[in-house]
Amino acid sequence: MSSATASAWHLALVGTPNSGKTALFNALTGSRQKVANYPGVTVERKAGLLQTPAGRSVNLIDLPGTYSLRGRSPDEEITRDVVLGRVASESTPDLLLCVADATNLRLSLRLVIELKRVGRPLVLVLNMFDIAQRRGVRIDLDRLSAELGIPVVTAVAVRRDGTQQLLGRMDEIADSRLGAPGENTWQPPTPADLRAAQREADRIIAVAVSMPAKPDTLTTRADAVLLHPVAGLIILLALLFVMFQAVFSWAQPLMELISSGFAALGLAAHDLLPPGLLQSFIQNGVISGVGSVLVFLPQILILFLFILLLEDLGYMARAAFLMDRIMGSAGLHGRAFIPLLSSFACAIPGIMATRVIDNRRDRLTTILVAPLMTCSARIPVYTLIISAFIPAQHIWGFVSLQGLVMFGLYAAGIASALGVSFLAKHFLWQEHETPPFMLELPDYKLPRPRAIAMGLYTRAKMFLHRAGTTIFSMMVLIWFLASFPRPPEGATDPAINYSLAAMIGHALEPVLAPVGFNWQINVALIPGMAAREVAVAALGTVYAIEGGKEAAEQIGQALANKWSLATALAVLVWYIFAPQCASTLAVIRRETGSWKWMAVTFGYMLALAYAASFITFHVAVALGAG
Amino acid sequence: MPESRQPVNVRSSQPLGQAPCGFRGRVDAIEVPVATTGLPAWEIESRLIELGFVEGAHVEILHEGAFGRDPIAVRVNHATIALRRREAMAIFATADRPA
Repeated sequence: MSSATASAWHLALVGTPNSGKTALFNALTGSRQKVANYPGVTVERKAGLLQTPAGRSVNLIDLPGTYSLRGRSPDEEITRDVVLGRVASESTPDLLLCVADATNLRLSLRLVIELKRVGRPLVLVLNMFDIAQRRGVRIDLDRLSAELGIPVVTAVAVRRDGTQQLLGRMDEIADSRLGAPGENTWQPPTPADLRAAQREADRIIAVAVSMPAKPDTLTTRADAVLLHPVAGLIILLALLFVMFQAVFSWAQPLMELISSGFAALGLAAHDLLPPGLLQSFIQNGVISGVGSVLVFLPQILILFLFILLLEDLGYMARAAFLMDRIMGSAGLHGRAFIPLLSSFACAIPGIMATRVIDNRRDRLTTILVAPLMTCSARIPVYTLIISAFIPAQHIWGFVSLQGLVMFGLYAAGIASALGVSFLAKHFLWQEHETPPFMLELPDYKLPRPRAIAMGLYTRAKMFLHRAGTTIFSMMVLIWFLASFPRPPEGATDPAINYSLAAMIGHALEPVLAPVGFNWQINVALIPGMAAREVAVAALGTVYAIEGGKEAAEQIGQALANKWSLATALAVLVWYIFAPQCASTLAVIRRETGSWKWMAVTFGYMLALAYAASFITFHVAVALGAG
Repeated sequence: MPESRQPVNVRSSQPLGQAPCGFRGRVDAIEVPVATTGLPAWEIESRLIELGFVEGAHVEILHEGAFGRDPIAVRVNHATIALRRREAMAIFATADRPA
């Protein structure tokens, strides 16, 4: 019976959303976990190692949350296929641990009844058992176990010793006949099957569980305010304002520290190495390339701190509830609100935050429009051009014209995002059905610092490791384009004017001349691909202005002399739409798991940018701004 | 009175999608009208059951959204579920008698 002891034992965690499954997974595996993707799909595969008290080594995998094995989404299909042993790259689990929130057993018990048909050894783990006891939920464990016909174990994932009983039971089960698999009689359940199983679950609850007469009063009272049609929306907006501020301003000192640190490192390398290609590669390619990726880390961590806290608290589902109608009118899911808002800081954390949207279609729409939100990297470009071309005057005595143009640029971004998602809903997804909005609103729970820290750590690692490699290689490519071939001996123009980037800039002239761009702008667009704000420095280089941040004003003056107002407006409008950020494209590629969606984003944004700049330029010329 | 419940239920049953906030009652039936949403009726029915809407479950509308009183948050036995009124039209319930 205990033949499994020889090799590692495979365990899988299954459970409904909000069952605390991931917290239990973190408690059991600690830092010995690996996050990857299942082959061919963008579903996150979370696996970890642990040891039972008897010294058995266990491979634990955390399967995506689901209410049944019907497999309504790619995530749920993975859960079904792993449980049924249909995934070639996964071992069929030796034991299924079905995790349930002990305070809310009803839906989990229905899942247990369905899981029993699979014939794999199964244990019900009653998680958050401490909260259930405190709230007065009385569970007759022996009766529950007898009615279900499977072992029932309690656990408190957030307490250090809260998984002892579970670990102990794993050994017992491995050694007993409970560990032997039975026959698989699972069939996709029909509504009648689901109904019968739920009735059976309700019958078992009636005999084995006594619920307190009153529901959780704290949640009821909090929701009376937080879900209030008016107060709830105001609180949500206030919360988002704080979050937006935090991402914007708390991250600023850290970001400056990182970028000046990398600048200093670059200078050190510059001084240390002999002038030449290697020096340029290390300083401009490697160090500034890595720096331009790392600089986003503070924003990402702060944003995810908020998201994880709100998710853990149980507020995220409520935010989706409050925003559903508003977002829905534009073809977006209620949950898309937070990712889109984060994209005002930077589209990268915004796109990563779309993981809270479980429907793939809704998530893709959100990813597609996230880069249209005006990110902070566009601000240097906007301010440079606005201050050079828009007179610093007030209209109606109090509205700053420059501020108004800035606001207009933001508004244009939002309006186009809503427009694109509306079009995507009606054209791109036409053949798909509108998914209904149905969501459990879990009781509020205090966020657990350990779980939050673990979540932040995972996000940071994922961002640095996987995005870092792609983004970094793009940075090196851009450096290469801007540096090769080398300028000839005795060249007087800046080196970039002799490079491939300049050749591309010249080659693009016939294409970009109709939107009012000269070749210098085209050249600046290429290093601007690394990060939009780099375009400002690149313009300085192309116009042969001695560099540094303080040169921004000089660049502005040079531009004012060399560009027409129509060209300046066309560049501004270009930056609303242009897919001018290699990092964002790399993250889209990674999050969607396909080059196709990266290409779609790039293509439609480029088309929008071109069309909008074209119209702006020609209207401006017609109005005499040429 | 319990003995007269069955026939009364059938007649006084109303779709939860039309019930006001604060409505309390018991589910009599899940019947998805054909072609109200993009998904097949059995799929909507399955999802509603998976979230606990089965005959006999106690429901109470706790909250509703600001625009068009949609979506609604419904207490189903001991859990709270958010859904749109459009999908809630498939849930037929009879109001509790005032105590």
